[in-house]
Amino acid sequence: MKYTLSILVENHAGVLSKISGLFSRRAFNIDSLAVGVTNDPNVSRITVVADGDEYVVEQLEKQLNKLIPVIKVKRHTNGDFISRELTLIKVHCPAAKRFEIMKIAELMQAKIVDVSTSTITVEFCNTTEVTKTLVDLLKPYGIRELVSTGTIALEKGASDVTK
Amino acid sequence: MISGAEIMVKCLEAEGVSVVFGYPGAAICPFYDELLNSQIRHILVRQEQNSAHAASGYARASGKPGVCVATSGPGATNLITGIATAYMDSIPIIAITGQVRSDLLGRDVFQEADITGACEPFVKHSYLVNKTSDLPRVFKEAFHIASTGRPGPVLIDIPIDIQQKKIEEFVYPEKVDIIGYKPNTKCHPGQVKKAIELITSSSRPVIVAGGGVLSSGVKLKLVKFAEQTGIPVISTMMGIGVMPSDHELYLGMLGTYGKAAANRSLHQADLVIVCGARLGDRAVAAPDQMSENSKIIHIDIDPAEIGKNVKTTVPIVGDMKNIIDSLIEGTQDYHVSKLWSETLKGWKKELFRKPPVFEGYVEPRAFVGKLSSMLKSKAILVADVGQNQIWCANNFKIREGRFLTTGGMGTMGYSVPAAIGAKLARPTRDVVVVCGDGSFQMSLNELGTIAQNHINVKIIIMRNVRLGMVRELQDNLYGGRYSATFLDETLDFLKIAEAYGIDSAQANSNEEAEAIAEKMIKTDKPFILVCNVSPDTPSI
Ligand SMILES: Cc1ncc(C[n+]2csc(CCOP(=O)(O)OP(=O)(O)O)c2C)c(N)n1
Repeated sequence: MKYTLSILVENHAGVLSKISGLFSRRAFNIDSLAVGVTNDPNVSRITVVADGDEYVVEQLEKQLNKLIPVIKVKRHTNGDFISRELTLIKVHCPAAKRFEIMKIAELMQAKIVDVSTSTITVEFCNTTEVTKTLVDLLKPYGIRELVSTGTIALEKGASDVTK
Repeated sequence: MISGAEIMVKCLEAEGVSVVFGYPGAAICPFYDELLNSQIRHILVRQEQNSAHAASGYARASGKPGVCVATSGPGATNLITGIATAYMDSIPIIAITGQVRSDLLGRDVFQEADITGACEPFVKHSYLVNKTSDLPRVFKEAFHIASTGRPGPVLIDIPIDIQQKKIEEFVYPEKVDIIGYKPNTKCHPGQVKKAIELITSSSRPVIVAGGGVLSSGVKLKLVKFAEQTGIPVISTMMGIGVMPSDHELYLGMLGTYGKAAANRSLHQADLVIVCGARLGDRAVAAPDQMSENSKIIHIDIDPAEIGKNVKTTVPIVGDMKNIIDSLIEGTQDYHVSKLWSETLKGWKKELFRKPPVFEGYVEPRAFVGKLSSMLKSKAILVADVGQNQIWCANNFKIREGRFLTTGGMGTMGYSVPAAIGAKLARPTRDVVVVCGDGSFQMSLNELGTIAQNHINVKIIIMRNVRLGMVRELQDNLYGGRYSATFLDETLDFLKIAEAYGIDSAQANSNEEAEAIAEKMIKTDKPFILVCNVSPDTPSI
């Protein structure tokens, strides 16, 4: 089962290493991790997507809470949050295929951000699942390189992470 | 103007620190220089690991954080085992390390070590200070974090230029405010109510008491609770001393090396009340089985411990001292069934076995038992790791004193330095070390510290010329193939003692051991008693 956690932390040097160290030390499997500062410059927000059963995720939350620079840990439940990841995909693309690939990008609402004689680079911002669909569609053309930010998440509606 | 080093000393003074354990080096020299202007006593240990153990012994005996100090690089890395031991045993210590100049950090200069990085898994929190003006806040927070919630070690790493730099003035903060650290000590009243309901409707309850009961300072109230309800008490290794060993409701230590009556009661109980214990694998080898048969109330200050090792019926996060009164109050009309009390009494008798005697040797279990009655009631016994630890855990009869050992980490060499710390915290109490000849040799260098500072600790070496506990394991699991578990028979501990100017004697029978102990206790000087013990003496 996949879980998405939002973690508010003090924006200090060394905090990220404390958090990532905890994951490896306690053998928590994480799929992705994204960090960035929030509207409060003293606070960063980390989004983690982790894999595990209820026991594992509960332990993960509790152990994170024990770290002093961690201000808040919130586990998101299905449907109550919006999640996105940003992906750049460089696809092998001879002139003959250009139109086809552009059509796929258009269909998926991805943006073409770079073109060369033999490649085309697509920018995509969506959920992990939809991103996977795009990647599957592009795979047959040959993916040269793919880079992704890891998921970020935000509560839907008026609720926020502190609640 | 005031330097960082002077601020460090002033912070320690503001925290009421009267003794620190340490070892100097270039990167911590500014601090050591300032220390000369202070009333704070510095105990020069012989290896940094032992400064952390000494700080731990001091903390456990005094109830206040212990402080250890080391230089950068090798001094700091030598501390790690001591810090890790304090972490696993939940002991509040403050470790202060010097660091290379802040503008050189990360360049692998002489004696640079990333000690905050290296200690990450073993500290409750750590600081690498990068501004002199941060020092007062950092020290205030460090002492607060180490000593509140679940206690543990905090590391403060201070580059030498930060120690040297002068700032305008020193103001020690009165309060701390760390947004990410607000330990919940309260114990939710709804949960407490549920616990009381479970207790009063149980028929075969037991209390499992751990180190948390001792760090919370509620052992007398726990005894009251047990006496009022008739609920028997078993303890983890870290919890030994929560009750006088001779108390009729005390069933002894649980676990692989524990008392049969304790383990049996745990498995027959219909309700287990776990107080300040995490129930690690040494205490309960198969926690799933335990929760199948019984309901479990788990009270712990660390929410992460609840549900980690055993499934819990009623989890209660908080400090024992905030719940024990309610438990006493809420169970006034309750008493365990007569049948349960009688059953337990029966087991206690039935399962008592007299140890076999090996001619020409001291029987360590009988001797440790005898020793308890020879010491003052508030004596502190510090046991090392190995068979000696088990002999003490199961046979030393605690009255009002303490039993100090490392139950979580099991670090050989802990006892001698920890006893140094305990004696400095409690100078009027008897402080006695029991160790193996293996573990003694891991920190015998501290005899230098003992001799130089006239620290009146008594050391009893259980000399079986083996790494006894491992040898026993090799007997039981490896078909008696002894690999690397024999020590050197020719080593003369009496001569070592003599070299340090410490009195000593050896015993080959319990009569001899008792006679020497009798004299040893009366002197106000350190003493080493070597008990020759048969290598075939089992742990239990
Ligand atoms: C630092 C350290 N190294 C190794 C061990 C593994 N170990 C556990 S008990 C033991 C033997 C201890 O021998 P000794 O101190 O002579 O005590 P005895 O068991 O003979 O009483 C060993 C090697 C340990 N606990 N700590």
